[in-house]
Amino acid sequence: MPGKIAEYSELLRSGKISSTELTKAYLDEISASNPKYNAFVSVDPDRALKAAAKADKAIKNGEGGLLTGIPYGVKDNIAEKGVVTDCCSKILENYRPTYNAAVIEKLNAGYAVPLGKNNMDEFAMGSSTETSVYGAALNPVNTSFVPGGSSGGGAAAVRAGMATFALGSDTGGSIRQPAAFTGIVGLKPTYGAVSRYGLIAYGSSLDQIGPMTTSVEDAAVVFDAISGSDKRDMTSSPLSSPVSDKLTGDVKKMRIGYPKEYFEGIDPEVKSIVESAFSFYEKAGATIKEVSVPALKSALPAYYIIACAEASSNLGRYDGIRYGIRASDYDDVNDMIMKTRSMGFGKEVKRRIMLGTYVLSAGYFDAYYKQALRVRESVSEAMRDLFASVDALLTPVAPTTAFPLNYTSENMIETYMSDFCTVPVNIAGLPAVSLPAGTAKSGLPVGMQIIGAKFREDVILNAALAYEADHPVKTDMGVRI
Amino acid sequence: MSEYLFVAGLETHVELQTKSKIFCSCSTAFGAEPNTHCCPVCTGEPGSLPVINREVLIYAIKAGLATNCKIASVTKMDRKNYVYPDLPKAYQISQFEEPVAVGGYIELDSGKRIRINHIHMEEDAGKLVHENGYTYVDYNRGGVPLIEIVSEPDIASVEEAREYVEKLQLIMRHIGVSDCKMQEGSMRCDVNISVNRKGEPLGTRAEIKNMNSLSFMEKALAYEYRRQCELLDNGERVVQETRRYNEATQTTESMRNKEDAQDYRYFPEPDILSIGIGKDFIEKIKRSLPELPDALRKRFASYGLSDIEIKRLVEYKKIADFYSEAAALSDPKIAANLILGEIFRGMQTEEEKERFDLMFGVKAFAELVTLRAENKINAGIQKKVLQKMLECGGSPKDYLSAEDLAGVDSGAVDRLCAEAVAANERAVKDYLGGKEQALKALLGYVMKATRGKADAAQVEARLKELICK
Repeated sequence: MPGKIAEYSELLRSGKISSTELTKAYLDEISASNPKYNAFVSVDPDRALKAAAKADKAIKNGEGGLLTGIPYGVKDNIAEKGVVTDCCSKILENYRPTYNAAVIEKLNAGYAVPLGKNNMDEFAMGSSTETSVYGAALNPVNTSFVPGGSSGGGAAAVRAGMATFALGSDTGGSIRQPAAFTGIVGLKPTYGAVSRYGLIAYGSSLDQIGPMTTSVEDAAVVFDAISGSDKRDMTSSPLSSPVSDKLTGDVKKMRIGYPKEYFEGIDPEVKSIVESAFSFYEKAGATIKEVSVPALKSALPAYYIIACAEASSNLGRYDGIRYGIRASDYDDVNDMIMKTRSMGFGKEVKRRIMLGTYVLSAGYFDAYYKQALRVRESVSEAMRDLFASVDALLTPVAPTTAFPLNYTSENMIETYMSDFCTVPVNIAGLPAVSLPAGTAKSGLPVGMQIIGAKFREDVILNAALAYEADHPVKTDMGVRI
Repeated sequence: MSEYLFVAGLETHVELQTKSKIFCSCSTAFGAEPNTHCCPVCTGEPGSLPVINREVLIYAIKAGLATNCKIASVTKMDRKNYVYPDLPKAYQISQFEEPVAVGGYIELDSGKRIRINHIHMEEDAGKLVHENGYTYVDYNRGGVPLIEIVSEPDIASVEEAREYVEKLQLIMRHIGVSDCKMQEGSMRCDVNISVNRKGEPLGTRAEIKNMNSLSFMEKALAYEYRRQCELLDNGERVVQETRRYNEATQTTESMRNKEDAQDYRYFPEPDILSIGIGKDFIEKIKRSLPELPDALRKRFASYGLSDIEIKRLVEYKKIADFYSEAAALSDPKIAANLILGEIFRGMQTEEEKERFDLMFGVKAFAELVTLRAENKINAGIQKKVLQKMLECGGSPKDYLSAEDLAGVDSGAVDRLCAEAVAANERAVKDYLGGKEQALKALLGYVMKATRGKADAAQVEARLKELICK
């Protein structure tokens, strides 16, 4: 039975099912499907059922909220106390955080039910989930294709009905691109809307946790549950506000921008499907306006410079001294650190650490990092200006549908380039939602992206809701109960 | 050799004595069991984030204001990347581009100003402990707040270097931001030193690290100056490098040269937003600052104290405060004498003077000073009473009997003096005949009668008055 969170919640509240039953159904689905898709890298049924029992008690006592008793998956880079959280990297083998991420605290307080950890590209560096130390996750729509990345495990889990929703993280498109590749909804919130406390950093000034769901409505529900300022994260903001109660699906008088640069270099089929969405909005009463963001082209290199620079610093702490693996044969402490890092990190992570180290080095800093910051400022400014005349931008999420397996490792540059539709949002700190736009002839989903002004998650989700209502996705998402 | 000029600039690390660390709420207390003052932020656990402690910012601003710096209207943190096991994140959060305070100075006694380039905030690293052939890491000190005070190369001698450091120490202690103990590591100095002939451009500098006392610093600088002069005299060149002071050989030795110098890859700390510092905020902090050592010195000098007395009274904040208050309530001269004499005699160690733990308050002390100043008690009684107060606390009244005070009542003294003159005709005659000694007999009579409580000088004066009338 495909279901939305609110529907499950209603079943739970009315006593038609218990959270324990619902959780068992999801655990059964994981047992049946996960060997095919490799969406979860660890599942703890005992923990899940304990949480479900607590949720059942809470429901009996009339406590909790919409997410009470709802089973979900967590990306492997979000800290859960005592639960292996290794970023799908060998270097963090068996690392169990001593604390809960802020988002986990919030979901725990609302009696949601954590099922386990979702597969991802190592340290969120990748677009296919193929850099995971646990091997690639596969796209439930067609297992010859990847589910995208880096939050590919969560996307596959939600698409295959192994979780009602998943928490992902998005540094340059890591929620939105997998959502597009698997035909689900992914929301990358405004930078600062959701606390990063407990999100294992890749690019700190770009990272943001967000929901991956089967519907726009669910994305709003989860966003409301995890957003809000946190005194443990100085970059979190008090400006975000709940969106669920603002969703009407009414787009009359909405001004939607068509940024032409986003449509250059896009696969013709993808392009035409996304472009056709403009006719829908026009019919629904919105006005379409062609706009231009010339700085867009330089956003991609700026993104890779900034993300890799921050990553090279963020990942310096993995030295084998305090947690994770440690090389066994070494001469001295430097040798130990070197050998540990050499064996612990995968190829893509090493590549980005080296790139980041290089761009921050004396003599190169100004030409690369400083220049990237200037580009970042000009993209942010251009976006700010744009949102004076439009309410949202509608764009593709990726130039193509899902990559075939083993494509990205052979086509590194093309893969990096394919991020060009998603990274400007992170560069400018904006919110964006990725939702199914249609299906290609291959049967693979095509996604579209709606970008909004800072802290206007309500605007983009409203636009998404209108489209979704008119273009229901026929899938088997949701567990049979 | 002496024709070379001595040119040095100091980088002084001062550990701030805030209750909690710079980026988390863990305690900064020294001496706890290893790794007990730690949290995910201290150990750099993945996903943990730093949150700046407002108190640290306030302390850094205080330090800036007290050293005549301009306080930045916006300041931000940067990452300094380097790998060492005591640095759990592999970067130190510090300040590179926009430090909290810039452009100040410290004035030496000669009137010369040593300019301060800037003051920045940063976190301390943990500590390696070597035991039984293993190396352990203790992260208790990790995240303890530091400020680094960077001077311009204005220091022209070993003596100036010492005076500069001492002045800094004194200021930091007085404004209450640090105890500045070099032996305990709460103050550490790195010195950049070079030599050049007058009129020539600055020479190549060497940086000397690892000096944990002022006397080591003096020895290291004297040695390094000599070494650089000799190199140049021999036609050799000074190499830009980092050197350390070796206590055993009393020399400096090379740690690493310029080629091995670390590239710290500084970049803005993305986890901490820029911090705006409002004018009102700065004003409020300025108003909260106590009178600074230089001002105290001037004021104490106006009381007629000697330089050495002033130095000893200003050296410890609590003593300076106590004296300041006592001087305002009573006779400054007598108050200084009592503190530097009787009270200091019971405080042998630096710690005791620093704590300046007294059983009595400044008001009781001022009462005692006033009793003496108004000649109501004599020096001997004052000393006895002060001893009692040092031992048991209380106020002078607790130890002075009516008789003690009566004995020095000037009416009583007059009466006794008249008695003495009347009863010792011979002595009076002798005194009038030029025998100064004869007066002692009369004085002895009065002192005996008052059991030593009368003020001898006062009695003597009165006797002379009566005799010569």
